[in-house]
Formats: sequence, C-alpha cells, structure tokens
Amino acid sequence: MEILVCVRRVPDTSENEIELNAEGNGIERDELVYSVNEADNYAVEEALQIRDRVGGSVTVVTVGGEDDEEILRRELAMGANHAVLISDDAFSGSDGRGIATILKDFVRKGRYDLILTGVQADDGAAQVGGMLAAMLDYPFASLVNSIVVEDGRLRVSREIEGGNREISEIDLPCVLSIQTGINEPRYVGMRGIRQVASVPIPTLGISDLGADKSAVGEVAAKVRRVDYFIPELSKGAEMLHGSREENAAKVLELVAAKGGLK
Amino acid sequence: MVGTSPAQMTDWLVPGRSLFLTIHIVGIACFAYIVAKRLVPLIRAERDFRFDHTLTRFERVLKYWFGQWKHPRYRLAGILHIFIFIGFILLAARAFSVLIVGVSENFVMPGLSGKVGHFYDIVTDYAATIVFLCMVVAAVRRLVFKPARYSVPAKYGKAHTADAVFLLGLIAILMLADSLFAASMIAGHALQGQPVETLAFLSLPWMFQIAVGSSSFATLWAVNVTAYLVHEVTFYFLLCYRPFGIQFHVETSLFSIYFAKLERGTLKPVRWGVPDERLDEVKSFGVKKFEDFTWKHMLDFYSCADCGRCADNCPANAAGRPLAPRFLTTKARDYAFQHYPIFGKANNSQPLIGGIYSEDEIWSCTTCGACEEECPLLVEYIDKIVDLRRGMIDDGNVPQSLQKPLKALESRGNPYGKMEKKRADWAKAQDFQQSCSVKTLDTKNGANTLYFVDSITSYDDRMQSIGRSTARVLSHIGEDFCILGAAEKDSGHEVRRFGEELLFIALRDHNTDAIKASGVQRIVTSDPHAYNALKHDYKDVPPVEHISQVIAREVMAGKIQFNQVEDESKVYVYHDPCYLGRHNQVYDAPRTVLDAIPGLKRVEMKRSRDRSFCCGGGGLMLFYEPKEEQRMGVLRVRMAAEAGANVIVTACPFCMVNIEDAIKVAGMEGKMSAIDLTELVDLSIAREKCPEECEPATCGG
Repeated sequence: MEILVCVRRVPDTSENEIELNAEGNGIERDELVYSVNEADNYAVEEALQIRDRVGGSVTVVTVGGEDDEEILRRELAMGANHAVLISDDAFSGSDGRGIATILKDFVRKGRYDLILTGVQADDGAAQVGGMLAAMLDYPFASLVNSIVVEDGRLRVSREIEGGNREISEIDLPCVLSIQTGINEPRYVGMRGIRQVASVPIPTLGISDLGADKSAVGEVAAKVRRVDYFIPELSKGAEMLHGSREENAAKVLELVAAKGGLK
Repeated sequence: MVGTSPAQMTDWLVPGRSLFLTIHIVGIACFAYIVAKRLVPLIRAERDFRFDHTLTRFERVLKYWFGQWKHPRYRLAGILHIFIFIGFILLAARAFSVLIVGVSENFVMPGLSGKVGHFYDIVTDYAATIVFLCMVVAAVRRLVFKPARYSVPAKYGKAHTADAVFLLGLIAILMLADSLFAASMIAGHALQGQPVETLAFLSLPWMFQIAVGSSSFATLWAVNVTAYLVHEVTFYFLLCYRPFGIQFHVETSLFSIYFAKLERGTLKPVRWGVPDERLDEVKSFGVKKFEDFTWKHMLDFYSCADCGRCADNCPANAAGRPLAPRFLTTKARDYAFQHYPIFGKANNSQPLIGGIYSEDEIWSCTTCGACEEECPLLVEYIDKIVDLRRGMIDDGNVPQSLQKPLKALESRGNPYGKMEKKRADWAKAQDFQQSCSVKTLDTKNGANTLYFVDSITSYDDRMQSIGRSTARVLSHIGEDFCILGAAEKDSGHEVRRFGEELLFIALRDHNTDAIKASGVQRIVTSDPHAYNALKHDYKDVPPVEHISQVIAREVMAGKIQFNQVEDESKVYVYHDPCYLGRHNQVYDAPRTVLDAIPGLKRVEMKRSRDRSFCCGGGGLMLFYEPKEEQRMGVLRVRMAAEAGANVIVTACPFCMVNIEDAIKVAGMEGKMSAIDLTELVDLSIAREKCPEECEPATCGG
C-alpha cells in the first residue's frame, strides 16, 4: 500500500512556555523548540505498521520552510521511505484551505492508496484533513483510533461517548485523520537521526506542483487570525480545610453532586 | 587375584590398569569436548577488553576467589562454602594421585612422600570428612529449611532444588568413596603386616577403618577396588555434569573473577575498541541477540552458582517489579545451553527482548548495584542491562513515558523541557539572593570552583532548596565558586544508563566544553548522579567532589561548627544514595558530618552502607512507570522506621523525591520526615551572624 502522511512542525507544548508577542496576534517564537505534531507522529507510526504488515511504502510530506526539514528527518529515522518538503514563498500566509489545496496538488502528482493526517495540529484547527478529502473527492474518516486493512477497503474505528467504539468501513483510496493513542510510536534516538542526516529531501515549489497561484497563500486566505488573549484568572478554586477523611468525604459528595458518580 | 593397588586388579573381565586408564581417557575426552562446545558462543561473542592490570587482577583472585571474600556476607551459607572450597583445594592433589594410582600403583605425588605426605593425608582425611558433613548440612538446608532466596517463582521457570541436591549427593559419594578407598587400603596393608600410617582420628577414613578393619583380606580388596571404581566414575561423571548446571563455577569462577570488571561506577563502551567518534560505523548498538553479549558476560552466565544473593538484595525484586538479576543470568544460561547444544548444530540469533527477557524486566533496573556488590563471583549486571537498553533504544523500543523526557533532554538539555534560561532561577529566589549571591560564569566572572547543579536541583521546586543550601554552605567556608547557569545541561548520567549513548555523548561534550572554558580548578556537586557522571563518564574535566566530602573535610579542619540539635526527640538515620555509596564508596563522609552535630542521635538501618536499599532510582527512572507491587521508597521508609528513626537524612535529590513521596504513600507524614544532608548542615551551622543579616560581599560572590 502506498501511504502518504501529512505532518507538521509545531512548538512542543511540553517544552515551551508560550507567551504572546507584543502585538498580541501571535506567540513569542525566539526561544521555542519545535517537534513534529504529536498526532502526526502517531499517524506516521500507524503508516509504518501498515506498511510492515501489507507491504508498500510510506511518504511523509510537510508544507513549510527549510526549518521544517528537521521533522521530516525525524520521520525518516523512524522508518518512512520518502520525505518531501513543499516550500514556496507563494504559500506563506495560507489558511487551512490553502494548505489543503497545496496538498491536493501534491497528491494528484503521485499515486497514494491511503492518506493520513494527524487529527489536529497543536496550533491548528483540524481543518486540513477533511478539506483535502473533499478536494480530492476521497472518502474521509476522522478521529481514527484503529485501522484494519481489508481487500480494497479499510475497517476503521473511532472512540465515541463513554469510551465505546464505532466501527466503519471505508473504501480506498481515502483520507483518515488519526487520533493519538492509536499505537505507541517508536523512539527516534540521536543515532537514528544521524543515520539519515545526509538523505536528500526533495523540495517542491509552486511550479513543481502546478498549483494555482490565486488559490494559495495570503491572497487566497479567507480566514485571518486577528487576536490572541489570555483569559483572565477566574476566582480561585474551592479549598477544603479539614482532615484527610473529611476532605475525602467532601470531594466524594461534590463529585456525586455534579453527576460524576453513578 | 589380590594386590596392593586397584591397578593390579584382574578379577573382572579386564585388568584394572586398562579399565581405569580407559575411564580416565573417556572422562577427560568427554570433559574436553563439552568445554569446547561451551566455548563456542564465547568465540562468537562481542569483544571485551580484560587483559590489562595483571597484578590487580591476581590480587583480586587472591581476595575474591582464594580468599572467598564475599561469602561470609551470608553467614551460614558462606561459611559452608568456605569449608567446601578449602576442602576441594586441599583434596585436589589427593584426588589427582588417587586417579593416577589406578594406572600406576607406585605413584606418589612429588613432594608428598614421607612425613609431609603423612601430614597431608591427615589433613585431607579431615577435609573429606568436613566436605561430606557440609554436603549433609547443605542438603538439609535445601530440603528442610528451604531458604527463601533459593525458590524460583513460576514465571522464572522450575525450581533448581533437585539439581542442587543431586550435585551435593555426587560430592558426598565422592567423599565417601575416597574415604573408604583410603580406609580399606590401610586396613589391607595392616593385614599384610606392612607398616601403615595412622588415619586421622574421628575422620571418615578412620571410621571406615574401624568398620571394615576386621574383614578378610579378600573382602578388603573387593571393597577397595569397588570404592576406587565408584570414586573414579563419580569423579568423571561430576566433571562432565558440572558444565550443564550451577556447578560449572568450580571450573569457571577463577576466570570470571580474574577477568571481572575493575572500575566501579563506570559503564562499558558501546563496543570495545570503538572510540566515540567512530560510533557511527557501528551497525547495531547494544545487545539484541545472545551473540551481542561479550565473552566475559557469557562467562558470567556459566559462572553463576544460582545462590540467589543478587535477587535477595535487588530492590526491584523486593518491590515486585518483574526483575531479579539471578534470573537474567539463568535464563541466558538456559538459552546458551539450548541454542548451543552439546550435540548438533547451534541455532542462534533469536531476539532476546520478547524472547527470554521482557521490556519491563530490562527497564525495571535502577542500576543501584546491590546485586553486583553481593555476588561472590563478581558477576556483572549493570553493563548487561545497559547493553540490552542500548539495543532497545536502537530499535526504537522505548516506553512512551521515557520518550518525552529523552526528547526534552535533546532539545532543552533537561528532562522536564524547561527553558535553558531558567536553569539558574533557583539562585534568584528573593530571600535567598539577599543573603547569598551566586555567580554565574561568563566572560567577566571566573572562579576556582564550579558548583555543578544538574537538572533536578536546578528546576524542581523542592530540590532547589538543596541547591541554595549548597551555595550557602560553600559561601560559609569561603569557597570561590560559580555555576554554569544556562550553559549547563543535564549531566546525562541516566541518559547513558538508559542506553541512549549518543544523546549522552552530546550532553557530555557540551558540558565538558563549558567546564573547560570556565577555567575552574575543581568541581563540587550535590547530586551523586552528576558526581558519578563527572567522575567516571566524563574525560578531561577537573577533579570532582560531592558536597558531603567537602563538608566533612571542613568539619574535620574545624572550619564548620554546628549548633546543638534543637529538637532532642529527633532520631536521625542516614540513607546511602547508591551513586555516592556503593558506586563511589563514600560512606563515612556524610556520617562524619552528622556525628559532628552536637546532640544528634543517629541510628543505622540494617541495610546501610554497601547493602543500602535503593529508594527507587533517579533521573529518567522518575519518569518510568514500572509494574510493581509497591514502591521501593515505601520499603525503605519502613526500614528507617524499623531502625527507630524519625528523620531520614540523604545526600541525593532523587532520594529526596522518592523518600518524601514514600513517606506520604506509606501514610507516615508527621511521623517521619526527610532532609538532605546539606540542608541539615545549612540549618545547623553556627554562624557568627544569621544568614538574613549576612552581607552578600561576605557571603561568597
């Protein structure tokens, strides 16, 4: 199976203190460290496991700049067969639809049976997967937390209310957005990254994709970010002052009152 | 026909000489073949460089092999073993000459004729008797008293009792046959009117002589020849059977101990003979299949006597984690026997993880070193565990709980993913900064001493207090010191011990450059893990001391004086951190410091000093989610309570995390507390002025 995984480089929320910039329309990026978006990493691991079961190859792709090459290398070290960086000044300022358009043009240039995205980027809005599917006229399943390959189709599931699972069948080719927890991504160590340090990663620009200039980038963006704000601190939590037993009983009572206990 | 030696025996189908010569040749040939087969995996194994320091190695053979140094740590079993060992050594020449006598009747061991020979006979009469009695006692222990450490939980395989008792039985038969042979020979000679030596009073031969002395010469002859045959057959059977089980150590222990690791606190390189800068050429890291072990590590598998002391001392095993060092070895030995059979072809290259070992088993180890400290045969475990982890890291087989801190160490230089620029924030706490300013190294600031803080003391709110106490104590003794601040990264101690060698090298190289650029003459740290890393894992850095050593020296020199202990109801106990105690032998300095505080009542736990019980492990082990029945820390806190203490003093920030958590988990808040040695010193120092009034200028920086 030929699998494409769309990945994205994001500031790692566990390793950064996110602060707003002076203008209030973005975050301070000077001292941030980045990593591959967590859900995307699960998607790559899932692709690798499917490939190892049924054969084929895994390609990872990202839309960004040369800094984004680091996450492609990380995914190559994980075991992806190919990596492609899509980068062009014309793409900067793209909104979700713009990114989906770029990816659509890329997908049309190749032959992929299965396209995976993470369910959502840490700093994203969970738009691209669905839009990409629509643009390609492929079936789409979101929030996928298990994949079984069957003949010409997949059996996928997602978690629904109360921890239950909903199983669907979906025809190939298709687009899936992958939920974290679908697998346990393998570790990529320093050694793995070093081993792929000199693997060439092709960069494709707008002309390589044959994309429509008016459909991407800032000119085409119809969603613009205007403001960030930090919510004001609300009043403090209710503090319990009692012995351990009293507090435990009180917590139990509060949880029961909110319907947390059946 | 009767004669004077079994060699002259002609009663059976073949002459004795031929029969016994045949048994000799067959026995020795079988043994040689089996040993050659056992050596096959060692030849296919990885390299291991153990051919240096000949003199030191011989000294260690004298101490640990000939001197049986570790054995008395388990009193009864140890003393039994020493008797058996001495017996075997004494009996070696006798066994050899007895074997030769079957072929050449007049053989006398050179140097053992005349009076010396008689004295030797008396000594060995007793030796055989004592060894026999030891076999009886050992068998009774195994069968009746069944010490817990010999039992084999179902998940690790079958009990080894039958094999152990069988081997004891064989040795007992050997001793009996030997004694009966000597007794019947002497009795026969006496009957023939030849001059005979007296047998040792109350020894087995002496008793046998009384038992058979009144028999006819023909009976004595028959007894003599039968005893000889039994002795010879048992001897060779035992010789050839030992390489199939726990008694192979009789042959291998000398080599295991000679080639044993010399340096504490160190780790083996990824591949012997491959320098760090050429590691990229190594195709696979660590141990993934049996043949990736080094030959010495395989020799360890053969040498293990399955005495259970390692597992008995292993905190992971005590806490119910799926790890017992003993079974790491016995499972590997069983693997070797199965995949390198005596007959037939070797079938190798099975993956070990998921085969004989589970992932959790290998991640469960805190590398505390209790097993290695206890092993009478100096079997190594930490290097094997780390090699297996290197293999798992290389395969990407790492628990999610460890992936995040490893990634953060790579990108931020600390496992918490905190900002580099905040690494020195602990020194900026307002009330602290007023009383004691800490210099951060830069182009303007230089200093004689570097305080290497390391990640947990830099970032953890609770542990920052240890950092501040260390700074205040260093200031008090007038030390010109500084910290690296944002230029410091994690020492990488646990990164290395969790098998991520290349990340460790990156951290080490970064710190080494920063330390060298600082121009400091020496390093002090309050973190035993950083201490061990800087001392053993780093190269070309200035000498490093743990703060407890610095304080002890200043106390001895009279530069630090303490106030009287305020609360007389406090009973203190010192918990030895593994990387200060066992791995670096710093046991006395912290105790010296504690005992210098007037009025301080101090007790010891049963498991202290080199038998200290790990609190749960440091560094990345804090992130790992082990499968366990209880926390090691809880066990440790209970040991402190049992010793009658209500304050646990430790000298390691990771111990503090584990012990403070354990006090809460054990529900002992209010009854037990924990304090770092440096914090206690900081609180107890008799200062001329109280720290609040102290001017920064007179207080260090």
